[in-house]
This record gives sequence, C-alpha cells and structure tokens, in this order.
Amino acid sequence: MTSETAPDSAPENAAKHKPAPPQTRDLAASLKDAGLAALITFALAAPIMGLHTMSLPGGGGLAIVPNWASVFISVVVVFVGRLLLDLFVWRRVVQIPIGDKWFRRPGGMPFARHAHRLGGVAGPLLLGFTIIMPFLPFSDRYIMDLSILVLTYVMLGWGLNIVVGLAGLLDLGYVAFYAVGAYSYALLAQYFDLGFWVCLPLAGILAAFWGLLLGFPVLRLRGDYLAIVTLAFGEIIRIVLLNWYQFTGGPDGISGIPRPSFFGLEFSRGDDGFAAFFGLDYSPMHRIIFLYYLILILALITNFVTMRLRRLPVGRAWEALREDEIACRSLGINTTNTKLTAFAIGAMFGGFAGSFFATRQGFISPESFTFIESALILAIVVLGGLGSQIGVVIAAVVMIGGFEYFREFEQYRMLIFGLAMVVIMVWRPRGLIATREPSIALGKRKAISGDLVGEGHG
Amino acid sequence: MEYFLQQLINGVTLGSIYGLIAIGYTMVYGIIGMINFAHGDIFMIGAFMALIFIILLGLTISTSVAILMLALILVLVIAMALTSVYGWTVERLAYRPLRTSFRLAPLITAIGMSIVLQNYVQIVQGARVKPLQPLISGGFTLMEVTSEEGTFAVNLSYIQILIIVTTLILMTVFSLLIARTSLGRSQRACEQDRKMAALIGVNVDRTISLTFVMGAALAAVAGMMYLLYYGVIDFYIGFVAGVKAFTAAVLGGIGSLPGAMLGGMLIGLIETFWSAYFTIEYKDVAAFSILAIVLIFLPSGILGRPEVEKV
Repeated sequence: MTSETAPDSAPENAAKHKPAPPQTRDLAASLKDAGLAALITFALAAPIMGLHTMSLPGGGGLAIVPNWASVFISVVVVFVGRLLLDLFVWRRVVQIPIGDKWFRRPGGMPFARHAHRLGGVAGPLLLGFTIIMPFLPFSDRYIMDLSILVLTYVMLGWGLNIVVGLAGLLDLGYVAFYAVGAYSYALLAQYFDLGFWVCLPLAGILAAFWGLLLGFPVLRLRGDYLAIVTLAFGEIIRIVLLNWYQFTGGPDGISGIPRPSFFGLEFSRGDDGFAAFFGLDYSPMHRIIFLYYLILILALITNFVTMRLRRLPVGRAWEALREDEIACRSLGINTTNTKLTAFAIGAMFGGFAGSFFATRQGFISPESFTFIESALILAIVVLGGLGSQIGVVIAAVVMIGGFEYFREFEQYRMLIFGLAMVVIMVWRPRGLIATREPSIALGKRKAISGDLVGEGHG
Repeated sequence: MEYFLQQLINGVTLGSIYGLIAIGYTMVYGIIGMINFAHGDIFMIGAFMALIFIILLGLTISTSVAILMLALILVLVIAMALTSVYGWTVERLAYRPLRTSFRLAPLITAIGMSIVLQNYVQIVQGARVKPLQPLISGGFTLMEVTSEEGTFAVNLSYIQILIIVTTLILMTVFSLLIARTSLGRSQRACEQDRKMAALIGVNVDRTISLTFVMGAALAAVAGMMYLLYYGVIDFYIGFVAGVKAFTAAVLGGIGSLPGAMLGGMLIGLIETFWSAYFTIEYKDVAAFSILAIVLIFLPSGILGRPEVEKV
C-alpha cells in the first residue's frame, strides 16, 4: 500500500492532498478504498474501544468487558462516509482541470477580504448590544454570569492574539500569566490589605515582568522551542502554586478575596453601600452588572490598545515578523526585542484578566490554571482567526456558550473541542475569519491568503 | 553510597523509558521539523494496548516464567503494531494536509490531536486509574549494608533488567535500521533536503509515514515498560511523560538518535536524584527548568549539530 492511495479514517480531511486519480476510477476502486479505511478504523478501535478494562470490585484487578457495538458502528460510519465522499464529493472536485491547489482551501481568499468589512459592520453592532445587554429583559443572573465568563475569555483571547496572531509566537503557557495576575491580586490583598483598584495595575505589571523574565532568554530561539518552554513554564507556575503551601495555600487556594468597589462604594446592604448611596433598593444584581461592565471595559481597553499598537512601528514590526523573520532581520529589526514587547504586552493583559478573575470568584486555586485552560484560550484565537479581533469574539461566544450548552455531555465536549481544532486547522488554516491584511499599507491594500505565502522559519 | 547506587539503578530504568519516547520526538523533528505534540499520548495508547492484551491473555504472576516471557513478547509485538496504526493515522489526518501550510498550523493540530486522544481514551476506557498486579517480581540484591538504622539493600529487580535490556536491544536495532537499510537512507535524505530527496526518487510521504510508525512503535514499548514498572496507568500519563521526553530529546540534541537516548538517561537520573535528595513535589519543576536552561545555554543539545537557517 503506497501512501498516495492510502485510505483515511476521517474522510473530510483527506480530500485536500489526494492526487488526481485517473478518470476511470470506478465503483470497485471506491469500494476498495472505503474497505481499507474501514479496516484501519477497525484496527484503531477494536482494542481500545472494543475491550473495556473495568476494575473488579474489592480491588481485585481488572477485567475485560467487550463492547463490540461501538466498534461496529464506527467501522460502518467510516466505510459509508468514505464511500459516499469518494463517489460524490471528491470526484467532482478533482475533475475540474485546474491544479488542485485551488481546491485545497475552499473560499480562503474571498473570505479574508470580507473579514475587514465584517469587522467594520458587526463590531459596532455587537458593541452596542453588549452595552445595553444587562438591561434587556432576558438578562437574569445566569445569563449575566455566563456573559462575564465569555467576556473574560474574549479579553484573554485578545491578549493572546497579540502574541500568537500578530507576532506569530506560539505561547502554550498563557494561563501562567493569568495565574500570576490572579495570585498577585489575591496575595497582595491578603498580605498588604490592598484594594482591587491598586492591585489591578500591579497585577498587570507583575505578569508583564514574568513575561519579560521568561521571554528574554527563550525568544532568541526558534518558534517551536518557545511553544514547549512556555508550556513547561505554565506547568512550573502551577506546580509551585500547588506546593508552596505556606505562601499560596497550596491546593486549598486563597479564599475571601475582596470584591471591587465602585469609587469607594461597596456593593453591600449597609447604609454606606452602593444601593443606599444612589437611593436604590439593594439587589445582588448590582454587583454582577458592575462586574460585567468592568470586564467589558477591560476587554475594550485590550482591544483599543491592540488596534493602536498595530499602527505603531512596533505593531508593524510584529506583523512583519510573523510573515518572515529572516527578512525582518535583514531589514534591521531587532527581532528579540520586538518579540519581547509582544510577549510582555500579551502577558500584561493576561495579568489584568487574572486579577479580574480573582475578584469575581472571590476564591482561586491552582486548579483553575491548568494546561487545558491555555489550550482553550489558544483554540479561541486559532479558531477565530489568527490576528482577527472580531473572530476572537465570535469564537469565544461559540466555544464558551457551547461548553455551557453541552454541560451534560461533559466527557464529549473536550473530544469535540480537540476535533474542532484539528478539522478547522486542516480546512481553514488561518481560522474562520482569517486576516493577514497588513494593518498599514503603502498604496493599495492587498489581502494575502495564507496559501500564497511560503513562510520562512521563525 | 548504597543509597546513591540504588538511585542510579532507578534513574537508569526511568531514563530508558524516557529515551524510548524521546526517539519518537527526535526522529519526527529531524525529518519534518515539527514537535509532534501528540507523541506523549501515543505512548499512553501504547500502555493501554499492553494493559488490554495482558489482561486478555490472562497473565498473572503465577504464570510459569517461560510462558510469561513468550506471552510478554507477543503482547509487545501486538502493542507495537496497533500503536503504530495510531501514529500513522495521526500523521495522515492531522499533519500531512498541513505540510505546506504555515509553521504554527501543524503544532496547533498536534495539540488538538493530543486532546482528542486523551479524551477518547478517557471516554472508552474510563477516567479511573488502571492498576495491574505485578507480573514479575524479585531480583538480585547487589549489596547489603547493616547500620544502626536498619538494613539497606541495593536491589536490581528483574523488571529493571528487562527494561534496560529491551531498551538496549531496540536502540541497537533501530540505529542499524537507520544506518544500514534503504529506509534509513531515505529518512536521512529527507532530513537533509526533502525537495531534493523527492527529485531523486525517494517517496517522501511514505518515508515520513514510516518515521511516525517507528516512533509510535518505540513509544508503545515505552508504554508497556512503564505499565510493568509502575503497575498503574491512566489516560493522562502521556502529558507529563511527553514533555519530559521532549526535554530529553532537546537535551541530547534534537535530530540525533544517540542524543535522545543520552538525554533520556540524563533526565531520568536528574529526576530520580532530585526526588531522592531534594523534594519529590518539585521533580517536574526540576525537569522543566533543565529544559529552559539547556535551550538558553546549549540550544543545539549535547550531540546535536547547530542549526543553519536556509532561505
């Protein structure tokens, strides 16, 4: 079996690199192809899926419980799916006599061009909706809590977008800066009795400082090494938080983190509280709505800063760096410093979001800062479209909303989430809304499709 | 001294397992220049394959030694074969379509694949840890020292011998495979220049697929050894083991096969000694810090060649 004609158990991915088969490809060939795919699926599924190991009661080891039905179903699904795709979908594509490059990424080019317009129209509309949302009739406690969560991820996504989307550095440990921000606020409040508004900038600065500290040695290296070092850093921070019991409370976390005040007014029932001052009836919703606007403003600041930075020389240098590091270096851009600014600014916004998280929850523990959180933020950026601000919003709404909606299918949602990452990357490598338009252009603006640019190292 | 010797033995055993996983990283990195992030989870799949077939064959400690040895070899071969299918499929689905895409793309699909494999195993096999009764017990006592605190014996168990010997044999076989066979020649050609290799008739796609198959087979061996040594696995073992094995590959010099083995040994030893003499909680921190330190001061590793960027 040569690999060119080798079958494939998830048919939707395979179409892209299939060389044009001879025109005489008939039903028999399709059947053979689908049969091979089914055979491979059987080999994949039979032991792991078909033979479930179950603990015997009383700790007496394990026993095998066969589960052939699901193996059979997956084999049949792959066989039929592959056959149908082979007969009806792929055949049509390969018969059009232009090089197969055009069909690899359906719609890559026009979509990118519309992205700019989409951001221009949908952006203000979305913003208007988010501003009036707390006063709409359907906004109960649950919806508001969910919206705050979504906005937190939007902010984290925008922060990470500076690092991954603009500067093209893969950061797998972004949650570390989120954790630094959260723990900075919690610990400063616990040990020095400082309030939220003092700690917010401090948390951002501390996170940025950690970003510098980590980035300085590592950013000289090739991009893939950065990915693995940031991943390791994320784990180190988590392990230290977990084990430094005297200082961070270890697995018990820190509780009783003070809530933010509205210009000195607490959201409490007393006479000096927010409700009494404005002559309102006390309602716990006031704090929720306040938190909602707080994270909205923080997120918008992130967005605003990003948009402005993109127009500054340093932002243009980020975009150039993402496209071609070697060219940047030959043009005299200090690549290490440029990367470092992106890394530190991204970390700073992560720190802000972290201290907001701490004040909202009132309780933090290392469990909130696992690798899967980093992967989730990264997925939001990647699926939304690297470098696209509106894409991050859409991806955050879809993913966090989807996670909430499919709460009963707890087990399956991570599986689907991982699959979505793979499928979207293969199908549309620049994300759903891909923009690689330079923020500033001399003369005519040109959209660059990811497929047309051969990228160098970096 | 006795304590040191015992930790040395333990460290070498652990290092062999890391080394076997590290080879998969180093070969893939050498040939297509990407970090196969899902490799740690392939190792986990290998451990599960071994577990399933050990239980299926009904092996216990009371099985006679000759039959047990034959059966374990059988399990090893089956686990290697079936895990290779996983390695092949991951490459085919997640990496090959993106080979011409931008550099971050395959890294991101690799993370996706890693999440998929973990959760797939969690769903179909359950989230609980899977214990396995020890199959091989006993060993040699190398040294026995009696002091006022009691007797301290330096043990070299049969299972440790098994792990170290298997690793040595497989290392030799795979080194010969790369150095002597035509497949190895194709691999080295692809490593140097993929386009040129294709022009002179090397089937690049097939070579890359086989690289993944070889890496997965070795990861399956590591998985089985891990299972026999620790006696307990779960769906999450691949993550930390994967990062450590990658550290080993970088430490030894990525792209270099003996380097991966050397790096694996060093990481195993460092981790064991750190746990023995300092704190066991921070052993992962020690391993990860070494990764950072090596990358800063010795980016091409101990046995690696410095990378030359070509435009």
